[in-house]
Amino acid sequence: MIDLKTRPPLNVADRVRAIPVRQKYLPVTATAVLLALMYGLGVINYPGFSDTQIVLNVFVDNAFLLVVAVGMTFVILTGGIDLSVGSVVALTTMIVALLLENGWPAAVVLPVALLMGATIGFLMGLMIHYFDVQPFIATLAGMFLARGLCYVISTDSISIDNPFWVSVANAQLWFGGFFITISVLIALVVVLVAAYVLAYTTFGRDVYAVGGNPQSAMLMGLRVGRTRIAVYTISGLCSALGGVVLSFYMLSGYGLHASGMELDAIAAVVIGGTLLTGGSGYLFGTVLGVLVLGLIQTIITFQGDLSSWWTKIFIGMFLFVFIVLQRAVTRRRR
Amino acid sequence: MNVVRHRLFWPVAMLVALLLSNLFFTPDFFSIEVRDGHLFGSLIDILRQGAPLMLVALGMTLVIATSGIDLSVGAVVAISGAMACQQIAGLDDQGAVGGVLVAVALALALSAGLGAWNGFLVSVVGIQPIIATLILMVAGRGVAQVITDGQIVNVNSPPYKTIAAGFLFGIPVPVIIAAGVVALVAVVIRRSAFGMLLESVGGNAGASRLAGIRSRRLIIIAYVVCAVCAGVAGLMVSSTVSSADGNNNGLLIELDAILAVVIGGTSLLGGRFSIAGTVIGALLIKTLDTTVYTIGIPPEVALLFKAVVVVILCLVQSPAFRAKFARRQPAEVTA
Repeated sequence: MIDLKTRPPLNVADRVRAIPVRQKYLPVTATAVLLALMYGLGVINYPGFSDTQIVLNVFVDNAFLLVVAVGMTFVILTGGIDLSVGSVVALTTMIVALLLENGWPAAVVLPVALLMGATIGFLMGLMIHYFDVQPFIATLAGMFLARGLCYVISTDSISIDNPFWVSVANAQLWFGGFFITISVLIALVVVLVAAYVLAYTTFGRDVYAVGGNPQSAMLMGLRVGRTRIAVYTISGLCSALGGVVLSFYMLSGYGLHASGMELDAIAAVVIGGTLLTGGSGYLFGTVLGVLVLGLIQTIITFQGDLSSWWTKIFIGMFLFVFIVLQRAVTRRRR
Repeated sequence: MNVVRHRLFWPVAMLVALLLSNLFFTPDFFSIEVRDGHLFGSLIDILRQGAPLMLVALGMTLVIATSGIDLSVGAVVAISGAMACQQIAGLDDQGAVGGVLVAVALALALSAGLGAWNGFLVSVVGIQPIIATLILMVAGRGVAQVITDGQIVNVNSPPYKTIAAGFLFGIPVPVIIAAGVVALVAVVIRRSAFGMLLESVGGNAGASRLAGIRSRRLIIIAYVVCAVCAGVAGLMVSSTVSSADGNNNGLLIELDAILAVVIGGTSLLGGRFSIAGTVIGALLIKTLDTTVYTIGIPPEVALLFKAVVVVILCLVQSPAFRAKFARRQPAEVTA
């Protein structure tokens, strides 16, 4: 006889589930808790780590990654992927540096650079939607294309000495003994706008719907094609903006800038709790994901005696921990 | 008409077109000569340099057939080379065949272990393949550098050098290894039920589970085979330059390999796969690289050229594109 009344003992995952947090916020909450743990670990172990400026510096150093990861979040929410972002960032720094070197005014260079990024994204979106090319392959072609264009422009680094660019790069916004850069401001504005679009507009709803189930979305009369093309355009635009931000940070254009950055962006989005299958996730999670990556770098800098390659191993380990945790937390939901 | 419809028609046509365009710029492109009993020539070079990519793409085909993907192969290439070179560098006599064999075995065993790890994450833990292998892709290059302590390990070992530069019966050793592995995998896959089971798991995991297929074991095997193939490729790559560079060995080879598989007509969604297609895809990519040099396209434009070819290939292979194209020009199909 089986005693139906005996309940199996709660395992760890069940206990986590028992915490009164709404199911859909669980992955983001898990990331936030782990981020707090990491920060606490840093504060306990390293003198000077508790300085607020340290946290702000994480933003300063990763503003461009944050902007790019926002675009990536849109794409991943629809169930796609964009491998071209790192190359588009590099191409943007290159074009900005080239045009400024040729004496174009900053007010023209900026829109041209952004338009270029959006166009590349738009073209990839067209390929993906109208010709059924898989996102992985279409954006891989975009990656080769953008990186190739960089080398066509120049194989060397071009430095930027435009007064506007230099003044933006060096500007520090001070408040109460701490400072951030204009890049951080740009990144925060992008995050806020994107979060608003995803949460409160029809377009945002379409993005989630397409990611959740493209067939149902189409049967509901949502414009699936327009949404899919739009998210790649947004990702291209964000990459270009990220490139502009990086050109403020580096004050140079170079074809080798941001190599392998697409992985950081994807990792940030995944750590932030967004599912690669699409339809589930929050922009706030992506912000946390970028912070996690930035904090790992900071901790390794503070530790001092760790070689740079440990950064990669740690990021890999953290990815593993986050993913397994999310898996445990969300297992029964799907 | 039936020839045009064959799914390998476009890749083969592209390959032939690329080879012919080479002939246009270098008239003796197709000439193969025998020097000291060894075969030499541009075509042989393409085969020899394409061997690592072909191996990696072969393993990738099996993983993609299960509707997975393995991003970590580049890292495995680096780790395997690092392991072998570090072992050989520690030998008293670097020319000792036994010692080199032990190093090779260790490197391949490590690769197999890494593949099992990937397979475990995908099939047992249930993580999406692209993420599961992303972990090793990110961490792997770090691991390779831990093995070599961050140094580029140089070896001076004639037996190890043979893997990339040797000849057997006049044919370059890497070509023989690649052909051997491809033949072995093809025979095992097509002469046993393994290939069919792989296709069924990739085509519909739920249905194949209900049909009683143990998908877990199959998926782990696919990832292990993929990693071992990458490990062999890693031996070739590090043997070519007689050194292990954890940062640069096998860099971006995962993308080329995935590209080769897709060009060969295997869908990233899993299910049906074509080993012949993958071999053609890998050769196509290597020919593309070679063509860039022989035609005299500046190396800066090489990536651009590659992007254009990839886009063209993807479009002509896309049913949606062909449908649109055919409607406007019906003559094109019958031509």
